[in-house]
Amino acid sequence: MADTKEMKKVLFGPILDSNPIALQILGICSALAITTKLETALVMSLALTSVTAFSNLFISLIRNQIPSSVRIIIQMTIIASLVIVVDQILKAYSYEISKQLSVFVGLIITNCIVMGRAEAYAMKSPPLMSFLDGIGNGLGYSVVLIIVGIIKELFGFGTILGFEILPLIQNGGWYQANGLLILPFSSFFLIGGLVWVLRTIKPEQVEPKE
Amino acid sequence: MSAKKESLGKTVGVVLAVCLVCSIIVAGSAVGLREQQQSNAAKDKMSNILHAAGLLDQAKGNIEGTYTDFVETRYVDLSTGEFVDAPAADYDMYKAAKEADASVKVENSNVGFQRRAKVASVYLVYDSAAKESVNRIILPVHGSGLWDLMYGFLALDADGKTVRELIYYQQKETPGLGGEVQNPSWQAKWDGKKLYNNGDVALEVKKNAGEDNPYAVDALSGATLTSNGVNNTVQYWVGENGFGPFLKKQAWRS
Repeated sequence: MADTKEMKKVLFGPILDSNPIALQILGICSALAITTKLETALVMSLALTSVTAFSNLFISLIRNQIPSSVRIIIQMTIIASLVIVVDQILKAYSYEISKQLSVFVGLIITNCIVMGRAEAYAMKSPPLMSFLDGIGNGLGYSVVLIIVGIIKELFGFGTILGFEILPLIQNGGWYQANGLLILPFSSFFLIGGLVWVLRTIKPEQVEPKE
Repeated sequence: MSAKKESLGKTVGVVLAVCLVCSIIVAGSAVGLREQQQSNAAKDKMSNILHAAGLLDQAKGNIEGTYTDFVETRYVDLSTGEFVDAPAADYDMYKAAKEADASVKVENSNVGFQRRAKVASVYLVYDSAAKESVNRIILPVHGSGLWDLMYGFLALDADGKTVRELIYYQQKETPGLGGEVQNPSWQAKWDGKKLYNNGDVALEVKKNAGEDNPYAVDALSGATLTSNGVNNTVQYWVGENGFGPFLKKQAWRS
């Protein structure tokens, strides 16, 4: 059994020290598309965290049985099944949000973070640690999504979780919404900015010059 | 990696076992949650209809109860404008539009779809739970926007000529531009507009329509193509090829 220090590192390390989006630049695609509103970003974070955690757990449980010639296919099968289950649960209990997320829940299957953790960590680590690693990486993804979601919703719509913070001109207020922030590609600038800030605080994350 | 782990039999066995377990989990969740999902979808539709009926505030969460009390679904043969019996127990006019014998081709219109069902569903809203006199008529409408088909409900007064609401419940327009079709302050502009002038479809969506013009609604700024789509949708569905005959006959009065 691994000690608590190791567990902490696995669980919280991916938030700042090895953030899957900011350091490894994985899973950018969905981070671009669904962060227009904070609510969808939250649900997407939750969905991805649970998928990563459980796919890590199950793959780690059977890691000694998986023949290496078909290991990617088996990982994909497990991940795809979990994603379908998450999608079904969303449709049953959170219909409105599942309509907004639409295709992006299904696209968790191809999210590089899930596959990356399964292949790089769960295939060689015991189940509990893999589970924690999945949650940790999910949290790292969530932090970035939530920050981007807050910035985009606040300055793009003047709201946070639907509550009006900056009254818009259309509704008789003073704030002119920033249309650029509503569009998916504005996340490029925001995520780029986050990576910059993070690497200024933690210079050891900067890649060595070639 | 031992040699044993890589044998053909073992590989096939592991793959089959994983697939079996996964398929049981997926099928189990799909079947187990189906009822909940269907009731969600039905409820979502009801709350959109109640929104168009102007009853959403009154419903206060009791969507299903209010819906059964005040709303009645009827079916209309669009060519004659008469009420007909439901063609099937779970009739869906958007599915019927895909079947050759239940639909007709759309001609001389840029509404954005090729075929429409012969029989359309309409929703009659009554003034009380006793269902004596009709308060509003809700027509399902759809047509092409900028990116995709937009689906909505057009609510009319009992006179069949005055618009009360135009509620879009499914659209993929650009958020903040065309997506403003769902903005309540734009939706409010439809209230009181007149569909016909001397029997011809007169209502249009255009720039600088003016607040007092009963035959025009202000277009959305920055969303000309979406506004044109809304214009085409409304003109098609209240026109001769849409609900025109039904609205002229006023079958709900008898």
